[in-house]
Amino acid sequence: MSASVLFDAPGPRARRRILLTNIIGILVIVVLLYIVISGLAGKGQMTAEKWSSLFTANAWVNFLLPGLVNTLKAAALAIVFSVVIGLLLGIGRLSLNKPIRWVCSILVEFFRAVPVLLMMVFFNIFFSRTGLVPGSDAPFWSVVVGLVCYNGSVVAELVRSGVNNLPKGQREAGTAIGLTRGQSLRMIEIPQALTAMLPALIGQFVVILKDSALGYIISYNEFLFFARTFGSANANTLQALVVAAAVFIIINFALTKVAEFVSRRLGSRLGKAGDDEPPVVALGLPPMVPGAK
Amino acid sequence: MDNYLSLFTQYNIPAAFWVNIQLTFWAAIGALVIGTILALMRISPVPSFEAFGAGYVNIIRNTPLTIILLFGVLALYNQLGFRLSDDFQTNFFRLAVMGLSIYHAAFVCEAIRSGVNTVPQGQAEAARAIGLGFLQSASLVILPQAFRGAIVPLGNVLIALIKNTTVAAVGSVAVEASSVMKTALEFRGDIIIPIFLTFAIGFVIIVIPVGLLTTWLSKKLAVAR
Repeated sequence: MSASVLFDAPGPRARRRILLTNIIGILVIVVLLYIVISGLAGKGQMTAEKWSSLFTANAWVNFLLPGLVNTLKAAALAIVFSVVIGLLLGIGRLSLNKPIRWVCSILVEFFRAVPVLLMMVFFNIFFSRTGLVPGSDAPFWSVVVGLVCYNGSVVAELVRSGVNNLPKGQREAGTAIGLTRGQSLRMIEIPQALTAMLPALIGQFVVILKDSALGYIISYNEFLFFARTFGSANANTLQALVVAAAVFIIINFALTKVAEFVSRRLGSRLGKAGDDEPPVVALGLPPMVPGAK
Repeated sequence: MDNYLSLFTQYNIPAAFWVNIQLTFWAAIGALVIGTILALMRISPVPSFEAFGAGYVNIIRNTPLTIILLFGVLALYNQLGFRLSDDFQTNFFRLAVMGLSIYHAAFVCEAIRSGVNTVPQGQAEAARAIGLGFLQSASLVILPQAFRGAIVPLGNVLIALIKNTTVAAVGSVAVEASSVMKTALEFRGDIIIPIFLTFAIGFVIIVIPVGLLTTWLSKKLAVAR
């Protein structure tokens, strides 16, 4: 724990000082909150009707829930495809065949460097121009494809670093019993790497869910889109956005807790201290240096 | 080929990327300042500071950036009349910088905290032994080493920030790369794939050196232990 590094168990004077600072801290936070809330109230934003319309059956049945379903649909599809494509690309990068390795490496590095929004905007226009998917579905599929391109390559990196972090003896044992490189990858290394990367993978699901909100920009009618529509209709955009953010926070917080739980479980199983939080991975970027964690 | 080259006379693509680079520059400074303060709060012995830091990180980290930037324009500007400049464009630019700073500060805080974890306990004990208080030992002993240990995660935050500046499109920053690309795609239907590749490679050219630089820096500045 980082907390214990910086200071000793406090003595009586330090305890008094901490208590005093703590009270001052609480006061400052309360005052800040008060300024924000009274400022909002001064602009007439804290009245009951501004907020209560967001908690009516009409708001949820006709706006927020259909939006949430669309968001979850896109995110779920993107998660499934990202894992599949990530596995393929990850195995490709570990392959002994040079052309396959090169193609997979270029794809992964390219899609990791390109902003997801850029891909969504491109695919949206690409799909509607080429008619690959029915026009009305173009935003949905461009959200999914954009998310899969980026997150697939992130998962590929997770697979690769997972395999590289395995003890060398695993592969050697595979070779010793006469397995080919592909067989030992498939039957010995990947299954272990998958378990080890599970917490980081769940952390990546948070990124996918958050990034699905980018669909708003290409007018995919996801959660944020409906929240905003409802907000402008009822002149409470601010309140609608706060509620939308709260829903995202609750879902993502739950996912993060699942990741931490899995990490702890695995930690005790693999006999290591579980590294609780995957903070950097939660941003969507695995360590640039393979194996650096 | 001429067809493709006319793209560059029609749209000022370097200027579009320049907007993203400016957004990155200011937001990186903002995020680093807020993130460092948050990290200090999270490692401090004062429970209320710790709770505030943890609350900030957990709330902001789990909110989509789209909502944060949209909030700046629709809620702060439209609904509350909050503005950071009298000039229309500058106002949106500053709102976007503010949103990007607030969002990435949460990740900077976590990156620095992971850097603090690389500092051996003996360092803090030594700092205490020579009589340094919390702020002194944090600023003179712990943080300098923590930053050096946090270069790779900080670099990853910077890369994410560079890419996320495209989301400023939702914050009405009209001339940045993704908005310009959208206009170009809509009006030049004959060359949509070359247009996408041009912009995509632009980002690859910016992002890959940053990645290489942070890897190199992290090795060069690694604290020898």
